[in-house]
Amino acid sequence: MIPTAESAHWLAAATALLLGLLLLSETIVGVEVFRRRPWRAYLFPGVVIVASVLLWVVTIFSTFSTLHLLAHAVWAQAALLAGAVQLAVVRGRITSPLWSLVPAFALLVSGAAFLVHEPNDWLFSRSAFLHHAIGWMLVVVAVFPLGEALRPQRVLWRAGFALTFLLLAVLLFADRDAAPIFGRYGIGGP
Amino acid sequence: MRQSFRPEVWVNSDVATGIPRDEGRPVAQRRSPRALAVQLLGPLTVIGGIVWAVAQPYRVAFLDRADRDVYDYLVQPPLLVVAVGMLFAFAIAPGLVEDLELSEADDPDS
Repeated sequence: MIPTAESAHWLAAATALLLGLLLLSETIVGVEVFRRRPWRAYLFPGVVIVASVLLWVVTIFSTFSTLHLLAHAVWAQAALLAGAVQLAVVRGRITSPLWSLVPAFALLVSGAAFLVHEPNDWLFSRSAFLHHAIGWMLVVVAVFPLGEALRPQRVLWRAGFALTFLLLAVLLFADRDAAPIFGRYGIGGP
Repeated sequence: MRQSFRPEVWVNSDVATGIPRDEGRPVAQRRSPRALAVQLLGPLTVIGGIVWAVAQPYRVAFLDRADRDVYDYLVQPPLLVVAVGMLFAFAIAPGLVEDLELSEADDPDS
């Protein structure tokens, strides 16, 4: 039995929430303290890579339309790429801050995929509203890893990147397969 | 004149002395704001999930059982939030705070 789309989105939201908490705590204590225990250093890239593999599984079931299939494949590939780069950073294989351009690119492409594969207007339904909101959010927040690449070691970029995942979690948790946009107020949607 | 029987009248300063200070007793130390912030992340997330479950009980399948399938029981958003908060609070935050305090003890200016 295939789970509903909203169930998959809520699991993705829980993953995003965990990633957000990890990144926020890393921002608070600093990278050096956070990576003092190796297992903790590998936690973020590990979770991202596992999530990207699971996204490929979701992709297999996202056959409602070609655009859905392509969008989920883009998210899976983008997450896998960003996770792999972060893994190499933690292992010390790559050191240049310019590698932060990869997660920036991943966020940008993911945002574009959200916007392109949503055929309806903002106010058509909650799902459509959230697709537009998440898409534009991901496009905008790509500035945080971009800033880390160009002007590294600033708390602003790290905090912004962490809060990105927390905001993504909130928006994904709000998703319903069929619901008006603002719940009881009944604005938009079926 | 009637004498007052307030307790302080009967206290003899030759007998009543100060409470002896136990020098060997461990003194509670105040956590740094950063350690406190890390410690609060998990509990605040758990509270967020509980508040959400109270505000929207129909998002928890255990509380609203009508027409539910297996995935509704496996994936219940407010409970997922609580689970993530507890995972962070019990598995990640304690070690992180410990390392942070060691680091701050090594370098008090950090």
